[in-house]
Amino acid sequence: MKKNIFSASAVLLLVAGCAGAPAEDPLEPYNRAMFSFNEKLDNAALKPVAKGYKAVTPAPVRTWVSNFFGNLQDPWIGVNNLLQGKPADALNDLMRFVFNSTLGIGGLLDIASEAQMPKHDEDFGQTLGVWGVKDGPFVVLPLFGPRMLRDAAAIPADWAGNSPWSQPYENPIVHDDTVRYGLSGLNAINGRANMLGLERTLDEGTLDKYRFARDFYIQQRRFNVHDGNPPLEEYEDFDSDEGGDAAQDTGENP
Amino acid sequence: MMKRLFARAVLALSAFLAVSPSFAAGEGLPPDELVRTVTSEVLTIIRSDKAIQSGDFGKMLALVDEKVLPHFDFRRMTSLAVGRDWRSASPAQQERLTTAFRTLLVRTYSNALIQYRDQTTEVKPLRANPGDKRVRVNTEVRMPGAKPITIDYSLEQGGAAWKVFDVTVAGVSLVTNYRGSFGDEISAKGIDGLIASLEAKNKSLEAAQGGK
Repeated sequence: MKKNIFSASAVLLLVAGCAGAPAEDPLEPYNRAMFSFNEKLDNAALKPVAKGYKAVTPAPVRTWVSNFFGNLQDPWIGVNNLLQGKPADALNDLMRFVFNSTLGIGGLLDIASEAQMPKHDEDFGQTLGVWGVKDGPFVVLPLFGPRMLRDAAAIPADWAGNSPWSQPYENPIVHDDTVRYGLSGLNAINGRANMLGLERTLDEGTLDKYRFARDFYIQQRRFNVHDGNPPLEEYEDFDSDEGGDAAQDTGENP
Repeated sequence: MMKRLFARAVLALSAFLAVSPSFAAGEGLPPDELVRTVTSEVLTIIRSDKAIQSGDFGKMLALVDEKVLPHFDFRRMTSLAVGRDWRSASPAQQERLTTAFRTLLVRTYSNALIQYRDQTTEVKPLRANPGDKRVRVNTEVRMPGAKPITIDYSLEQGGAAWKVFDVTVAGVSLVTNYRGSFGDEISAKGIDGLIASLEAKNKSLEAAQGGK
């Protein structure tokens, strides 16, 4: 089973590596269908549970829960920083994990951020991007939601890295299935609760929410792969009389 | 993941609405000071106003209208959202597009602003040269368990006042992010088709949210 996941991801990776052109959404009909399927599923299952959770859980507790799971991800973030050739950032992430796990009471408190050790956002998909793997087409996965194909291929690695408790085989960290599923469930519900209300804004604020979400996602991933230093956007002046097409807009890969 | 990203968008644009200078005296402030002052002023009002929190949307719109809107360059924003088709629009069409887009943004993100009022924003020191007519003010919004979200406000100086014309959330311009779907509308139904779609959307929002 595990083997299958990994070989499937190897195939995806290969495809992602070959897909040279930046995504203009060749999978759009499928993607739209899956986007709306995920939405229905969310409405029927995760969202109501997240609402209930939010209603009964005080805000500070939800912050602790978010910090707790965020802390467990820091080692994997550090590994990716190392793989991307940023040892200083990797050390920062390791120190965060050490500080927060101990003085931060098992990660409930993010004291490392207070101590000027900033939280990073890295994953294996970004690492592949830094290594030169093209992002490939945009794809909406069942349950997981939107990904670039490259990042879809990285899911098994990221899943293992981000939720070390959830790995089923001879798990050195958590032996008890109940605890394992409990943690995974709590992580999902808490994460969803943090985002409640967004779907409403997406509904209200856009003419075509799939399109808006997709464009946002694609640009955001590129920004992340460049660690927040992609080429700056040029603002064209559409009001001027000069044909100012020279300064073209956002989003193309350098 | 998607949801998290979109959260950034929502946060940003809602903070965006909270950001503009709300008093004439603000004209003398440097842009980063302006962002800091106004963000905290508007959020303070929302946090303390029970009527707004319990769903008096008309009151929220009035607040945004008074404190925020006069200091936004919505025409500039709309031209950036529409892209090159802006030039082929007649002045009357540009006017209607601007009005409709402004209404859409205000209604949507006023609502979001109410929901996300408890997040804290840190405004970074401004990196700009004296005499710059266009600056980007960088801010960070803290979220537990996640990397802080960067929200950058682009302001331009027109006359004495700085005006916000774009906001960039985690690297993505929220204004130009509309360009794709607006472009789709225009190729399918023309500029008047886009105007009609925006106005219909605003009508349905008004029906659902109330407030004028």
